Amino acid sequence: MTTLPEKTERKLGLVIDLDTCVGCHACVISCKGWNTENYGSPLADVDAYGENPVGTFLNRVHSYEVTPDEGTSQLVHFPKSCLHCEDAPCVTVCPTGASYKRFEDGIVLVNESDCIGCGLCAWACPYGAREMDGVEKVMKKCTLCVDRIYNENLEPEDQIPSCVRTCPAGARHFGDFNDPESNVNKLVLKRGGMDLMPEQQTKPVNKYLPPRPKDTLGEIDILAPLLKPVAEKPGSFIGWLNKQLDKI
Amino acid sequence: MTDQPYLDISPQLSDEIRKTTCYMCACRCGIDVHIKNGKVAYIEGNKEHPVNQGVLCAKGSAGIMQINAPSKLKSPLKRIGPRGSGKFKEITWDEALNVATSWLKPIREKNPEKLAFFTGRDQSQSFTSFWAQNFGTPNYAAHGGFCSVNMAAAGIYTMGGAFWEFGQPDWDHTKLFMLFGVAEDHDSNPIKMGIGKIKAKGARIIGVNPIRTGYSAVADDWVGITPGTDGLFIMSLIHLLLKAGKIDLAYLSQFTNAPALVDKETGLLLKDADNKELVIDQKSGKLVAFDTKNIRPSLTANHKGNQTVFYHMIEKYLSDDFSPEAVSERTGIKAGRIRAIAAEIARVAFEESFEIDQEWTDFRGNKHKKMLARPVSFHAMRGISAHSNGFQTCRALHVLQIILGTVEVPGGFRFKPPYPKPSSIHPKPHCKVTPGAPLDGPHLGFVHGPDDLCLKEDGTPARIDKAFTWENPMSAHGLMHMVISNAHAGDPYKIDTLFMYMANMSWNSSMNTKGVIEMLTDKNDNGDYVIPHIIYSDAYSSEMVAYADLILPDTTYLERHDCISLLDRPICEADVVADSIRWPVIEPDRDVRGFQSVLCDLGTRLQLPGFIDDEGNARFKDYADYIVNHERKPGIGPLAGWRSKEDTGKGSPNPNQLNQYIKNGGFWTKHIPKNAAYYKPWNLDYQNWAVDTGLYDQPQPYLFSLYVEPMRKFQLAALGHGKTQPPEHLRDRILKSMDPLPIWYPPFEETLVDKDEFTLHALTQRPMAMYHSWGTQNAWLRQIHGVNPLYIPSKLMMSHSLKDGDWVQLTSVNGSITVPVAEMAALNERTVWTWNAIGKRKGTWALDKNAPEATKGFLLNHLIHELLPPKGDGLRWANSDPITGQAAWFDLRVKLEKVKPPFSSEPTFPEIKSPVQKGSDIILQGQN
Repeated sequence: MTTLPEKTERKLGLVIDLDTCVGCHACVISCKGWNTENYGSPLADVDAYGENPVGTFLNRVHSYEVTPDEGTSQLVHFPKSCLHCEDAPCVTVCPTGASYKRFEDGIVLVNESDCIGCGLCAWACPYGAREMDGVEKVMKKCTLCVDRIYNENLEPEDQIPSCVRTCPAGARHFGDFNDPESNVNKLVLKRGGMDLMPEQQTKPVNKYLPPRPKDTLGEIDILAPLLKPVAEKPGSFIGWLNKQLDKI
Repeated sequence: MTDQPYLDISPQLSDEIRKTTCYMCACRCGIDVHIKNGKVAYIEGNKEHPVNQGVLCAKGSAGIMQINAPSKLKSPLKRIGPRGSGKFKEITWDEALNVATSWLKPIREKNPEKLAFFTGRDQSQSFTSFWAQNFGTPNYAAHGGFCSVNMAAAGIYTMGGAFWEFGQPDWDHTKLFMLFGVAEDHDSNPIKMGIGKIKAKGARIIGVNPIRTGYSAVADDWVGITPGTDGLFIMSLIHLLLKAGKIDLAYLSQFTNAPALVDKETGLLLKDADNKELVIDQKSGKLVAFDTKNIRPSLTANHKGNQTVFYHMIEKYLSDDFSPEAVSERTGIKAGRIRAIAAEIARVAFEESFEIDQEWTDFRGNKHKKMLARPVSFHAMRGISAHSNGFQTCRALHVLQIILGTVEVPGGFRFKPPYPKPSSIHPKPHCKVTPGAPLDGPHLGFVHGPDDLCLKEDGTPARIDKAFTWENPMSAHGLMHMVISNAHAGDPYKIDTLFMYMANMSWNSSMNTKGVIEMLTDKNDNGDYVIPHIIYSDAYSSEMVAYADLILPDTTYLERHDCISLLDRPICEADVVADSIRWPVIEPDRDVRGFQSVLCDLGTRLQLPGFIDDEGNARFKDYADYIVNHERKPGIGPLAGWRSKEDTGKGSPNPNQLNQYIKNGGFWTKHIPKNAAYYKPWNLDYQNWAVDTGLYDQPQPYLFSLYVEPMRKFQLAALGHGKTQPPEHLRDRILKSMDPLPIWYPPFEETLVDKDEFTLHALTQRPMAMYHSWGTQNAWLRQIHGVNPLYIPSKLMMSHSLKDGDWVQLTSVNGSITVPVAEMAALNERTVWTWNAIGKRKGTWALDKNAPEATKGFLLNHLIHELLPPKGDGLRWANSDPITGQAAWFDLRVKLEKVKPPFSSEPTFPEIKSPVQKGSDIILQGQN
């Protein structure tokens, strides 16, 4: 049983824009590329060229179809990684203290040397955001690129998680939710950022921006003012045209 | 709280960063390749690069799995078993090049046309075409003919450029972006970056696509159009906008051929002695050349009964045939929806217009104080192109942009240098063969009338793919999809050697895959192969390898030199002219060579003039040497940057050029001045800047061609005029299809099959994480897209009692496949679709034979034939656009039936013996 910090100095996390995510998986692979080289053991790919390839990923994109009662069906791309919850059940359930939440920035990490691979944390996480590595048998999860965001070998603008740096559509944002002036707080305010499954009472730090309402153009009838015919037949159209041309 | 474990939060990323250009698709982003212990450790986007500005897609980041792929070929191979068996022996490069020379040398001396040299996803076409031209064969092209030539050719004939490599929306200013067709398509990162940028500003995106995935999934409004009817929908928008007067009359009058006068007898444009279009000046009423100073060209005046182009457009598009009600059923779009979209386009173009405070001077010498925005932009690629009515549909889209006045204005569509370039200044196609000597000019180009066709003296096609013939006169990119079929049929003639590069013609790059495999392995009565020799270059163990006699193994993209040249398919942005290189950031660990360097070597062995010096020795020791020292014209070479004259784009070769590129991150840029940023075809400051930069020989302002006069010349020939006339059986088709104003006609396949039987349309898309990628089933990417079900709309799932994971037999007039299904609700009700090129053949790509790609994966290609169903006239009619020859992939009509699950998807093919070992079971990338 591991305790959570009562309050963290900073509250770092992501805002993910579901209106803009095109589902390209750029974040998934960039994350894999960075994290297999860095924090902890490599992210193994088992049966890599075989019948059932299973690799460890810290971030995945799922796509869901939504069919409203009225109107056309929609496809929503939903990137998912650890939400670095304030009340993280994966931490409190950990029998060895390997899972912990950092007091300085709130990042939830697994100390791999203490992880016994029991898998309790993955059971406790309501989001399915942890994956057991197929080779090392330790629990893997998003580190919020803790080894990038403070990394003095990187330019200041690159001190962000690799998924945020690579996202072509700019659908991922990183910042401190404890700072009311931060970009992430402003986005949440402006766009109605939401918690994922708030009923689980995990108080996730990461927030999702909902898709804008779709198909609002609707249909219009023949009397649309913008499309009011200036003429019906070619002959009368030429007459209208001549009047217009005189005005140019 | 203090007992947190120690973390190294500032690890060293790598020993060194080497900056080069990605080749995981055709997007050509800049990449930072991190090298650790001499190996590639991590790949990320290059922040300074004009194309991707630091971002990188899934393919780009997965490049590391591409270079470590087990499917990499390791050495030159000579076939020792029958074609298709996969039995090879490894040989030395010297032996391989001697074999190739022994086949090619006699051909060149007697019949150069007996070499067909086609390069697939080639990014070095200005080089490979130079090689083919020096060899002397007329039979050269790359893959444009089966990809998106309709879009490119329609754009160039209409306005001097199209989408993607030619231009892009003005992402900084556009307020309405309308995207047609296949969504996860060209290009990759810039479209995503643009969508993100305009969404952040609240712009509206409309996605017109039968399938609501990818970019259409994030579009604000989705139009689930019926495939093949985009032209009709666009013409209905044109109809509504014209009728409501929501068009930019000043723009049409000044910058387009709308005021040009059409000869009432011939349908050709009236021109003066200098071949300039004549217009009537509204002020003086005089007939004058279009570029006369201080005139106002009239859109409505007529000259002795010869009416303006605009008059003819009004006559055509005000017709009720294009009313929303008339097109609604065919397009599957409600009339009120078409109206709503037209109204939104009109509102944004004209009511949300604004001005940029920037003076500019037009080609008539008029000074304009401001630049006026029409903030509506469009993009489309393969989706609307890959139909037999694709050229005219793409033309219609360009015409829609032009009547709104949105091309080359703030908020609209902007060209990227070296475009705009009107069709008239592009080369014409060349096909004159002289044994032992080069071809008389470049193979590919733009025809301006029947005299420019590639016909022999007896009127038969000069090219093996029948490009630039009456069957498809404007086939600017050739017809790669017809090469094997025609060579096998000996129609128009037989060939000796088929030489291909990066083209998986025995699998996903061919229509009628099974038929093509049979053609490649077919023997004549003497027991010899009908296509006698096949040489193939590829970096990987693809399906095509087994069907070649000689394999020249290529390097991966991180082990080679390349140039992304302004002479070729450039990477410029609307404000920036740019080119870039690849260089070997790692050395190959096996006996492979970059294909272009191999061509230099072969060029010397064959004594091709462009590749030898006066003594007959190699002029270029390898491709890098060619990139630096080749000059197309004095001072103009493959790379524009760091020539001897700093930063002009021109100058004599600089031996240190490649090092300068490497120092600058692999690319070169030069910014377009602000007063030249818009109105490029007519902007004197742009025209002069383009000459200084080496893009043009001289300023050449031109009018946009709403009316494409060269098309009328083909119609005239079909009507019996001129010395070059079409054969009888093509007269009617030429007359109907080559309308100089955009038209719509039904896709050919549906006019030849029973529509009541084949009620459905079938499409493919490439997933974003695999689009246009060449190479292995990447270990990381195959975990995202390792299977490709057939997606079926919900109503159809219900009516056929189907649930996810069931199997169906999908049948076209050409055959059947048996495949797994999945339900999709956000889909046109008459359309089924799947991800393209996921299915792999057993024994290829170093995959396990039980890999899902080989057991459940499938190709729609088996259902699509390169020929149309026989009409009973004994002729072979290509399943292509009749104007450009573009492969009509998306005309496919199908029916489906639920079946019991088979052992694997069908048809099945025997396993190929792999020339490489299967990959290791476990990958631990990054393990120290």
